[in-house]
Amino acid sequence: MEKSLLAPGHRACAGCAMPTTIKLVLDAAGPNTIVVSPTSCLEVTTTPFPESAWCVPWIHSLFENAAAVASGVEVMLKRKCKDTNVVVIGGDGSTFDIGMGSNSGMFERGHKILYVCYDNEAYMNTGVQRSGSTPFCAQTTTTPSGSKSLGNPRPKKDMPAIAMAHKVPYVATASVAYPVDLRRKVKAALRVNGPSYIQVNAPCITGWTFDAGTMIEVARLAVETGLWPLAEWVNGELVGVKKVRRAKPVEEYLKSQGRYRHLFKRPEGADILKQIQAMADANIAKYKLAD
Amino acid sequence: MSQKMSSQAYADKPARSANMKVVEGSYAVAHAVMCCLPDVISAYPITPQTHIVEHLSQMVADGELDSEFLTVDSEFSALSVLVGASAAGARSYSSTTSQGLALMYEVLYNVSGMRLPIVMNVANRALSAPLNIWNDQQDSIGARDVGWLQIYVEDVQEAVDATLQAYKIAEDPAIRTPIMVCMDGYILTHVYEPVELLDKELSREFLPPFQPENILDPSDPKTFGAFADPTTYTEFRYLQFEAQQKALGTIEKVAKEFEETFGRYYGGLVDSYRAEDAEIVIVTMGSVIGTIKDAIDAKRAEGKKVGLVKVRSYRPFPVQALRKTLKDASVIAVLEKDVAIGGEAGLLTDLKAALYNSSIRTPIIGFTAGLGGRDITIKDIRKIVEKADAARKKIESEFEFLDLRMEIL
Repeated sequence: MEKSLLAPGHRACAGCAMPTTIKLVLDAAGPNTIVVSPTSCLEVTTTPFPESAWCVPWIHSLFENAAAVASGVEVMLKRKCKDTNVVVIGGDGSTFDIGMGSNSGMFERGHKILYVCYDNEAYMNTGVQRSGSTPFCAQTTTTPSGSKSLGNPRPKKDMPAIAMAHKVPYVATASVAYPVDLRRKVKAALRVNGPSYIQVNAPCITGWTFDAGTMIEVARLAVETGLWPLAEWVNGELVGVKKVRRAKPVEEYLKSQGRYRHLFKRPEGADILKQIQAMADANIAKYKLAD
Repeated sequence: MSQKMSSQAYADKPARSANMKVVEGSYAVAHAVMCCLPDVISAYPITPQTHIVEHLSQMVADGELDSEFLTVDSEFSALSVLVGASAAGARSYSSTTSQGLALMYEVLYNVSGMRLPIVMNVANRALSAPLNIWNDQQDSIGARDVGWLQIYVEDVQEAVDATLQAYKIAEDPAIRTPIMVCMDGYILTHVYEPVELLDKELSREFLPPFQPENILDPSDPKTFGAFADPTTYTEFRYLQFEAQQKALGTIEKVAKEFEETFGRYYGGLVDSYRAEDAEIVIVTMGSVIGTIKDAIDAKRAEGKKVGLVKVRSYRPFPVQALRKTLKDASVIAVLEKDVAIGGEAGLLTDLKAALYNSSIRTPIIGFTAGLGGRDITIKDIRKIVEKADAARKKIESEFEFLDLRMEIL
């Protein structure tokens, strides 16, 4: 393997999926790439001035404007007739919530930009608060379990569908636990003459609470239970799905993380587990995940 | 509209009229922007700024201007697009006003902090609530501390000329600081008046191509927008502060260079009208100056020694130039179209601070007027002169709303 375009020495937690995700994305995109990132764990762990872990040009402006900044970079590159990849790499807070207007504008204007969301399902940089990406009944510091709460009361926002509603020609879900699949999808996205969106499941050790050594295992369980289908859409049509030979019960995934611990301790948890299993079953049926 | 006021040298010069055309203020500014050859323009519609970008869109559509014009989802995104474009090496332009400027607020700090020399026209307008689309200067005065340079213009010709000057100032490698060229909404954006449009060739000679030292380039990868901890953050701010201080000289220098090329001069940092021997001096910014000059002429005819000092550069604030210009006044009255609710008003507070450590001990009184588009009349100016005259003996009120309608309170 060639030298990584994300240098070692960044300050991310041991067991964090984010740097691994970036390495895989850059590995596929290559050095002729400019990366735009919103404010995030990524930004604070890779660019403490005067150091930077980035071996490609990289720019951060604000939390909610990465897609707009990338749009400006892309038009100027086109103007200079430069065929350079423009890739946004941002977390779910900026992607699903605060940057939605900017993302929507970039998608509908049709810029040739790959937007990669490393999705760890909460605002991790500020200490694990709920985002629009937080799954049903996961605990965060703003959706804690309590006598009147079983965690986040709402299901996760369907961001790939929102991207597709903008006629984004290439949309995919991916996982840090499936590097070959992720790299292939990045390459496919960069071949598209227009916007593309890839949402990568990227477990957070402190937010989800699991042992550092089990990160890949946790991510794999999300796929194997049917809770995180690996899918690929071209012009809104589903063109590929990673099959799950024998779907595992969702308990295996949920038990691997502290954020769902309350579901196994409290009597109301049993009903919630059934509801989450039903979500996985619906995915398995919808995407024909099982043979 | 008046020709250039101050320096007697110019009073004698005939107005250059070779290229004079009666056009809308917004068109004149758009034409000036065209002459600056921006690579990327991005803006969002908001009254009374919209005509500027409509004209620019038409110029791009007609092939008259070779720029990338991005229509976006908000002013916030408009300026954010320019962050990326500028970092990729683009000469970048936007214009906005009022709520749009307020929505950009977070990006304003970012642009100046990243030292991106973006130029933006602000078509000054009141802020909501209550909703009001007419002119005052609360919007840009509220953004006085965001690290941008701010030039306030008096008429359409100056708006045109200041826009070209702005790029030269902003892109100077020693400055690298964004600029707002602030022009009163409607009063200057929608008025039709004779203007000498910029000559494209002369503009190109005047303004060299934008060649930033650092850009996003895969052949020389650099990191933009890193985070700075307490050991380095202060120095980033200091360098911005220092660049603004340097800009005091650059603004003067560019104004002189502009005069050499185009024959027009507005004062660099400040200008004055009949102020040399004036006892009562009115200090202000923007389009109200025309009215004040007429009022001064009338007062002078009555034997009152009244003069005007125009603040052209509000950021950087020209402390030394103001001390010099105001040293002989016996009373100073500041008139401005903004109010610092809970304090006084921007220009008044800054001017008092500028004079405090000098030997000048002249009484200073302040007035806010023209908020939300209320006309400022010659009668209002006469009232200021009377109050200033009285303040020489005793200050009755340090700061007041000049044109308050007591009957509706």
